[in-house]
Amino acid sequence: MRDVFVEALIEEMRVRKDIFLLTADLGFGVLHKVEDEFPNRFLNVGIAEQNMASVAAGMAMEGLTVVCYSIGNFPTLRCLEQLRNDIGYHKANVKVVTVGGGFSYGPLGMSHHATEDLSILRALPNFDVIVPSSMWEVAQCVRVMFEVDGPAYLRLDKSNMPDDSAATSELVRGEIRCVRSGTDVALVGCGGVMGNAIDAAVKLEREGISVAVFTVPFVEPLDFASFVSNGLTQAVVVTIEENALAGGLGSKILELFADAGRQTSGLRRIGLKRAYESTVGSQEFLRERHGLDTESILATLRRAVGQ
Amino acid sequence: MAVLYSRVMSFDPSEPSSHLRDRFILSKGHAGAAVYATLARVGFFEPDLLRTHCGENSKLSGHVSHVDVPGVEFSTGSLGHGLGVGTGMALALKRLAKSQRVFVLMSDGECDEGSVWEAALFAAHHDLNGLTAIIDYNKLQSLKSVNETLRLEPFADKWQSFGWQVHQVDGHDHDELAAVLNSRDDQRPSVVIAHTTKGRGVSFMENSVLWHYRSPQADEFEAALTELGNL
Repeated sequence: MRDVFVEALIEEMRVRKDIFLLTADLGFGVLHKVEDEFPNRFLNVGIAEQNMASVAAGMAMEGLTVVCYSIGNFPTLRCLEQLRNDIGYHKANVKVVTVGGGFSYGPLGMSHHATEDLSILRALPNFDVIVPSSMWEVAQCVRVMFEVDGPAYLRLDKSNMPDDSAATSELVRGEIRCVRSGTDVALVGCGGVMGNAIDAAVKLEREGISVAVFTVPFVEPLDFASFVSNGLTQAVVVTIEENALAGGLGSKILELFADAGRQTSGLRRIGLKRAYESTVGSQEFLRERHGLDTESILATLRRAVGQ
Repeated sequence: MAVLYSRVMSFDPSEPSSHLRDRFILSKGHAGAAVYATLARVGFFEPDLLRTHCGENSKLSGHVSHVDVPGVEFSTGSLGHGLGVGTGMALALKRLAKSQRVFVLMSDGECDEGSVWEAALFAAHHDLNGLTAIIDYNKLQSLKSVNETLRLEPFADKWQSFGWQVHQVDGHDHDELAAVLNSRDDQRPSVVIAHTTKGRGVSFMENSVLWHYRSPQADEFEAALTELGNL
């Protein structure tokens, strides 16, 4: 996803002269493409995320569109108050972009597991929270992100969902996307883990259970109307995210169901329990430990439909 | 602030977001009342609005806020934000080849925040000579003196070693302030360490930690006004 993002960013920067990229000393081997082509619109601020966020806000107040790039927790949790006060409150045109969503950096340990960022960023007013699932969605999300004048958080993953986008219309801010039709159960989620979701849906189909799969590229803004208009009307709904259950995408969907007066008894959530992960391993290994691998998703789906 | 808005900065109250304005950020947001009073005095809005300060349904919050208040450049209240934001503005202005200046007023206790020093490193590294920090060095913070809380001295040496041009002035001397604030280094960002006395001019408030928080009650208010009137 990272490489697709950089390519999409470069495309945008070729067209829009106001876009400026800041990094907090990360992006070795990737961001040099931006620096080579736009040496005056790229800056490594050093290992100083609080300052990066405030500087970005100040630059945005002067009319620039500023991208802050780093790994998962650093340009988000480390400088959360700068995001809230300097960027969010001022509706500053700053796009915080992270790589390493969820357990992408599984072997590196707990500090590098980005597992609460979605929940926390979701709580900040004025921020769009954008989580692509596939390479195609990354490019689409970058386009949509720059169309909006205001704060955004874009979370990128090391893994991705294989995507045949040929039959898909362009992504629209606030709209969920149906990537597989089905009638018995809806599997709704975001991020690279949707690759496992699709695998589980295909396997369950062979057992005679029809599974619809929806991606949610825009966790914020998101409203219930988008569910109905995009065919998310199945009685049984399973949400999935490589993020804390507390306050994340599943939580958001539960809130929307409750606010719309919809029955929530048919809704189950797959995600991370309220615990730090001290065991390390690959992204897929850690997904297995947390019920996010294909077999675990299958098991949850079977339970959800009463089998 | 009186010196900045009367003898240093360019601004036009009829066009608060004019590109030609110099930028001022109050990073010690708790002194927001001073910003509102100054802006009203120089014509950004009617002084009557000041009567709503901190009241019900008011847009003049205790810590300075820009929403629906013409002339407020940036909202603050949590310490250690303003210098970074001002640094970003100064960087953008420099990259856009604009000559407008950015002034950031900070408190001494605020310099406990690590983010201040992140910005200090950054501004010097990028030669942001359009940026001027002013530090209200009254040597008192919330609970005790700066020296008893977290020592800043040798304060000037710290800024110097970070690559800033350092001025030390009597923060109550308008002429001295105007002289340094109207100067600009060819390359380095500047810091004006303004030595001040908290509560100056009101005998029972001077250098007293109590008045960091306390609002004067009716008789105290009258007594303070009388003393200030005698200055």
